Amino acid sequence: MFKAVVTITFKKSILDPQGTAVHKALTSLGYQDVEDVRMGKHVEILLRGEEQEEAEAKVQEMCTRLLANPVIEEYQVELVEVQV
Amino acid sequence: MKFGIVVFPGSNCEADCDYLVDKILQEQATYLWHADKDLKGVDCIILPGGYSYGNYLRAGSIARYAPIMEEVMAFAEKGGLVLGICNGFQILTEAGLLPGAIIKNRSLRFQCENTLLRVEQTNTPFTNACTQHEVVKIPIAHEEGAYVADKETLERLEKEGRIVFRYCNEQSEITPEANPNGSLNNIAGIMNVQGNVLGMMPHPERCAEAILGGVDGEKIFRSILAWWQGGAGR
Repeated sequence: MFKAVVTITFKKSILDPQGTAVHKALTSLGYQDVEDVRMGKHVEILLRGEEQEEAEAKVQEMCTRLLANPVIEEYQVELVEVQV
Repeated sequence: MKFGIVVFPGSNCEADCDYLVDKILQEQATYLWHADKDLKGVDCIILPGGYSYGNYLRAGSIARYAPIMEEVMAFAEKGGLVLGICNGFQILTEAGLLPGAIIKNRSLRFQCENTLLRVEQTNTPFTNACTQHEVVKIPIAHEEGAYVADKETLERLEKEGRIVFRYCNEQSEITPEANPNGSLNNIAGIMNVQGNVLGMMPHPERCAEAILGGVDGEKIFRSILAWWQGGAGR
C-alpha cells in the first residue's frame, strides 16, 4: 500500500486572491516580514499496490486528469510505502 | 427546435432554462440526466448554472467526467450548439472545449448583481440578434467567475475574435471598474474556434421577461433559434 500526498498550488503566473487576502491579514497582525503567501490544496491518497513505479505513474495520471488543472495549477507528489 | 438541458447533481438553473425555452421561446426543452448517455436528438445543449457535484476540487472538474459529457463533447465536435452558463462555462473549460480556466472572484465573495456586457461579436449562433457593440444587461451570480488564461491564449482569443462578451460600463467602455470579478481583459464570455460552443458567466436565462427586471437575456436564445432556423434545421 502507498500513501501519496499531492500538493496543488496556483502557477506563479496566476494571481491567487486567497493568498493575497491571507497575506494582508498576516501583515495587519504585525507580520511585516511576510513576503508572499500562496494557498493550495492538500490531497492524501491511499493506493493499493506493491510497485513503487507503477503507483507513481498512477498518481501522476490522476493529477493530470483530475486533481490539478494544468492551465492554472502545478502540483507535487510525495509517495511513501505504508503498512496496512 | 429542441433544447437539451443537462442536469448534474447540484445544478440549480435548469428550471429557469427550461421555462425560458418552453414559455418564452415556445420551443421544446428536455432535461438530460448526467448519468445518461442519450442526448435525445436535441439541436442545442445547455449546461446550466449551479454547483455540479458540490463544485468540489474545482468548479466543474468532476462534472466534466460525467457520462453525459462524453456525448456532449462528441456533439460539440460535430458542430452541435453548446451553451454553457456560469457553472456550465466552468465545466466547458475543465473539459477543454474552451481554453483557459475560471478562478475565484477578486473579491473572494459570492456576487449576485446586474452586469453590463458589450457584445463583441454578432456573427455567431449566440449573438446574431444583437447589434455590434450593443450593451446588454445580464446578471451574474457566482463566487468563481474570474476568467484566466496564459498570455498566448488571450492573444489568440483576441486575434481570432472569440471573445463574445466583455464587462463594460454604461458608455460601453471596457474599464477596470466595470469588471466585477477580476476576469482578464474583462472577459465575460468566449467561444471555441468553430464558433459552436459558447461559455459565459452571466445568466441570460434570468432576464428574459420584463417582470424579472430585464429582457436582454432573451436575445441569446432568440439568436440560437434564428441561427438554427437559418440553417434549415441543420
